[in-house]
Amino acid sequence: MTNSYTDIGVSDCILIMGSNAAENHPIAMKWVLRAQEKGGTIIHVDPRFTRTSAKADIYVSMRPGTDIPFLGGMIKYLIEKDLIFKDYVLNYTNASFIVSEKFDFKDGLFSGYNPEKRAYDKATWVFERDEKGIPKRDDTLQNPGCVYQLMKKHYARYDLDTVSSITGTPKADLIKVYETFATTGKPDRVGTMLYAMGWTQHTVGTQNIRAASMIQLLLGNVGMAGGGVNALRGESNVQGITDMFLYHILPGYLPHPNAALENLEKYNATTPKTSDPMSVNWWGNRPKYIASLLKSFFGENATKENDFGYGWLPKFDVGQNASWLNMFDEMFNGKLSGFICLGMNPACSSPNSEKTRKALARLDWMVDIDLFENETSSFWKGPGMNPKKIKTEVFLLPAASSVEKEGSITDSARTAQWRYKACDPLGESKADGQIIHELYMKVKELYAKGGGAFPDPILKLKWDYAKDGKVDPHGVTKEINGYFLEDIAEHPVDKKAYKKGTLVPNFVFLLADGRTSCGNWLYSGGYNETGNMMARRDKTPIPTANIFPKWGYSWPLNRRIIYNRASVDPNGNPWDPKRAVIKWDGSKWVGDVPDNAVPPMALPNGKYPFIMKPDGVASLFGPGLADGPFPEHYEPLECPIVKNPLSSQRINPATPLFSGELDKFATCDPRFPFVGTTYRVTEHWQTGLMTRYQPWLVEAEPQMFCELSLDLAKLKGIKNGDRVTVSSPRGKIWAIAMVTNRIKPFNVADQIVHLVGLPWHYGWLVPKDGGDSSNILTPTIGDANTGIPEFKAFMVNVSKEERPKVEKKPDPKAKAKPEAKPEPKPAPKAETKK
Amino acid sequence: MAEGKSFFVDTAKCTACRGCQVACKQWKNLPAEKTINRGTNENPADLSFNTYKVVRMREEIVDGKLKWLFFPEQCRHCVEPPCAGMADNPAAIFKDEATGAVIFTAKTKGLKAKEIIESCPYNIPRKGKDGTLAKCDMCFDRVQNGLLPACVKTCPTGAMNFGERKEMLALANKRLGELKKVYPGAMLLNADDVRVIYLVAYKPELYCKYAVASNSGFGITRQMALARMFRPIRNIPLRLV
Repeated sequence: MTNSYTDIGVSDCILIMGSNAAENHPIAMKWVLRAQEKGGTIIHVDPRFTRTSAKADIYVSMRPGTDIPFLGGMIKYLIEKDLIFKDYVLNYTNASFIVSEKFDFKDGLFSGYNPEKRAYDKATWVFERDEKGIPKRDDTLQNPGCVYQLMKKHYARYDLDTVSSITGTPKADLIKVYETFATTGKPDRVGTMLYAMGWTQHTVGTQNIRAASMIQLLLGNVGMAGGGVNALRGESNVQGITDMFLYHILPGYLPHPNAALENLEKYNATTPKTSDPMSVNWWGNRPKYIASLLKSFFGENATKENDFGYGWLPKFDVGQNASWLNMFDEMFNGKLSGFICLGMNPACSSPNSEKTRKALARLDWMVDIDLFENETSSFWKGPGMNPKKIKTEVFLLPAASSVEKEGSITDSARTAQWRYKACDPLGESKADGQIIHELYMKVKELYAKGGGAFPDPILKLKWDYAKDGKVDPHGVTKEINGYFLEDIAEHPVDKKAYKKGTLVPNFVFLLADGRTSCGNWLYSGGYNETGNMMARRDKTPIPTANIFPKWGYSWPLNRRIIYNRASVDPNGNPWDPKRAVIKWDGSKWVGDVPDNAVPPMALPNGKYPFIMKPDGVASLFGPGLADGPFPEHYEPLECPIVKNPLSSQRINPATPLFSGELDKFATCDPRFPFVGTTYRVTEHWQTGLMTRYQPWLVEAEPQMFCELSLDLAKLKGIKNGDRVTVSSPRGKIWAIAMVTNRIKPFNVADQIVHLVGLPWHYGWLVPKDGGDSSNILTPTIGDANTGIPEFKAFMVNVSKEERPKVEKKPDPKAKAKPEAKPEPKPAPKAETKK
Repeated sequence: MAEGKSFFVDTAKCTACRGCQVACKQWKNLPAEKTINRGTNENPADLSFNTYKVVRMREEIVDGKLKWLFFPEQCRHCVEPPCAGMADNPAAIFKDEATGAVIFTAKTKGLKAKEIIESCPYNIPRKGKDGTLAKCDMCFDRVQNGLLPACVKTCPTGAMNFGERKEMLALANKRLGELKKVYPGAMLLNADDVRVIYLVAYKPELYCKYAVASNSGFGITRQMALARMFRPIRNIPLRLV
C-alpha cells in the first residue's frame, strides 16, 4: 500500500477493483465503510456481485482479464475530457519527457520485440536526453513525441465501444465509473484504489497495476491522504516476506545477483544513476545496503578484500527465471531432488494441481513444515496416487502457530507490529525460526565434518541468533535493524560519534565500507537504541490526517504515506489543506515523515518528490517492465474470443509459455466454452488448511461450490444445489452449483460469454465430503514480470454430475427449515438482457 | 422508557462475514452442525438448539437492481418478553432486571416447548433432544463482567453495537437519519419493543422472514394473557442454571 488502512477512511471515492475487500479484507472494509459514512462513494468493479458489491454505491461488472481495457478507457476519458490534475502531472510525472524517436508501437507490439525469445530489447524505450544526460521535455505537452502525446495516442484506441465489447461492461456503466472517479482530479477531492489478486493473477497482472497507477497520477491522487494505489495483501505478513526476500531479490528489494556480476564492483555498477541535480535517486545508496547486508550475513568473515563475502552469495545463471512456475516445472522434469516447503500447501495452491502433485512425486525428499497434515505433505496418498510407486521421502515438521511465538508482523500498509507469545507451542511443534536454526546448525555440522562442494557459504555465515539453543526474536530483529561494527568518531551524515556494537539509528546511517551491518535496510530504524519501535501502541494521529505515527513502525523511516512530497505543490503547500499529509513550514517539513527531508522542488536546493525514480518523477511511461512501457490489453492465455479486438497479439507476447506433457491449454474450444475464475470467501483461508479443520467454519462453508448465472444454469439444465462437474483441459472436480443472480453473462464481441466462479479453499484431505482444489482446473501460465499464475481467467465446462446423486441425509435438528434451499428469484428482463 | 442494555445492528454496515455467527459458537462452545452446501452461502439453514445466531443472506431485486441483504438473526431480548410471559416460571425463563437480557435456564426442559416457541414473535427459541430450550442469552456472563457480547466484540465493521439502551437508541436514530438520505425507506425495526434494534435500508421482510414481529400466528395468545394476568411478583433469580 502507498497509504494505510486508516487513511482509506478519509477518501472521497474508493474504487475497489480486483478485490473483494468485504470478504477477504474485512478490516480494510471497515475503513471503506467509514469513508462511505462520511459521504464517500464506493465503486466496485468485479466479474461477480460479491459481499463487497453489496455495500457499494456503484457496482459494475466486467469479464475477467479485461482490466486494462477498462482502465485504458478511463485514461482516454480523462485525457479527452481534460479532467487531469495538470499541475501535478506536469511537475511530478514524466508526461512532458520526450521519448526516443525510435520507440514505436504497432498492432500490439512495442519496438524491439523478439518473437523467438518472447522478449523485448528495451533499447528504444528511452528518453531523449540533453548533453548533461537530463531528459528533454516539453512543458506544453504538445510535442508528438512526449509521453503525454504518446499515451494519448496509445489509449485513443480504447474508445467506449471497443472497451465495452471487450469487457462486456455496458457503456453507461463505464461512463458512470469514469465520471465518478474523475471527480477526484481536483486538488480537494481525493480517490483511492484498492486491489488484490483480482489484478495481479493475470498474464498482464503487473500492467494492471501500472494502468491503475497512471490514472492515480493523472488525477493527482498519489501521495495524498485518502488516495494512492493500495494492495490489500492476501496473507498476514506476506508484506513482511516480500520485504525480506523473493526468488529474484535479496532483503530490501536489492536485485539478486547473477553469474555475470561476478564481483561486488560489477554488482554495484548496476546501481541506478541520475545526472539531474534535482533528483534524489535514493537507490543510488544501494552499495551501502548490499555491503551492510553482507556484513550481517558473514560478520567478521566479510572483509573489504573478499568483497564482504559477495562471492558466497548464490547467483542465478544469466537469464534464469527462478519463479514458482519454473520451479515446479523443473521439479516435474526431475531436475530438483529436494524441497523444503514452509507454511504453504502447493498441492492445492499452485495452478494445474495434477502437474504439481506429480512433480512432488519426482522428488527424492520433501520437508514440509506446517501446522497440520495437508494435501502437500500427504500428496502420496491423494487421489490417483499409488504410495508403493512413489519414491519421495516426506518429513512433516510440526510448526508453532502465530500465537505460540513472538516476533514482528508486517501488514499491507508496511507497518510492522510486534506480537507476543500467548502460550508455548504444543507437543514437539516449534517456531519457524527455531526450526531453521536447528536445521542450519545440523547442516553446518555436516559441512564442517565432511566438507562438500562449496562449504564456505554455510561455514562462514555469522549465526548468533540463539541463546542456549533458543532463537531470540529480539536478537534477529536487531540484526535486521543493523549495528555499528566499529567506533565511528565522526559519522559522515551527522558528524556525530557512534560506538561499536550500538544499533544504527536508521538506514541513513549505513555505510558501504563494512563499518555497519544491516539485515534489511528498509526495516532499519525499527529496532534501534530508542527501543523496539514495532511494539509501540500510541493511538495519537497527526493533526490533519488519519494516520498514526506512534503505532508500530512503517518502513521506510516510519513514513505512513509514501510519495507524500507529491501531496504538496512545488512550494510545499498541501494541495488539499483539509487533509494535509505534510507541509513545508519555511525551514522544515511538518506532519508525516516526508519522503526525504529535502526542500520542495521550487525552493533553493529543492528536489523532485519521487525519490526512488532516477529521474525524480513518477512514470506515466514506464520502461522498466518486461511487456511494455504502456499497459496494453492482451487476452488471458485461455479466452472465449478468437481475436483480440485491439491487435493481432492475442496473448501477452512477453509471457513465458510452458509446453510439458501436462501443460494443456484450450482457447475458444467448444469443449470448454465458459470463463472460469477462482477466489476466496471470508469463511476459509487460502487452501483452507487452517480453516478446513475448524468445525464452525466448515459449518458455514462446508463444500466446494461453483457460482453460475440463471441463464447458464438453464442452458445446462442445472438446478440450484445440484452436484456438478467442472472441467478444464487439465482436470475436473465436483462442486455444488450455486445458481445466482449475482453472476451475469457478459456480452463480449457480440457473443454471450458465461462465467463460472470457483473458490479454491478445498482439498481432498479434509473435510471428507468437501471436494478438491479448483486449482486442478487452472493453467500453468504466469505474469510476464512476476510469474504470478493466471488464476483469475481460464476456460472450463460445467455439467450436471452424471453419477447418481449422493444421498443427502435430512438433518434431524433442522425441522423448522422455513428457508432451506432458496431458489433464486428470476431477475426482471431488464436485468438479464445486456 | 426501559433502561438496561441494548444491541444496535446496523445492517448497512454488515458484510455478512459471519464473524458474529462463529464468535457466538466459540464463546458458548457450541458444536458445529453437519451442513451441506444448499446452493447458498447461508449456513446453517436455521437457528437450532446449538445455533443461536445465523446471518441471513438474501438476493433480492429492488427497483430492478440486485441487492444482497444481510441480517444477523438472533433473539431480540424483548422489553416485555412474551416467552417469559408464556412460561410463567422465572426459574425457567426470566428477564434480568439490570440488563434486560432474557435468559433461558435448564428448567425450560419442563416447559411446553411448542407454546414457548410459538409465543415468540421472531421464531427464535429452539428445542434440544431432551426438551430443553435454547437461544441467545446476550452473553450474560460476559456482560456481567463488563465485556461486550462475543458477536459485538468480533464485528469488524461496526454493524454490531452494544451498550446502554439510551445510547444505542441515540446511535440508531443518528444512523437512521444518515441512511434515510440515501435510502428513504430506511427504518428501525420494533425499536420500542426489543433490545436488539435493527436498522434496515429496504423492506424488512426482504432481509429475513421474521425481521419484524409477526402479527399472525404469534403475539399474545389466550394462555399468555391469562398467565400474565395471574403472574405473581417474584424475585428473579440472577443465577444461571
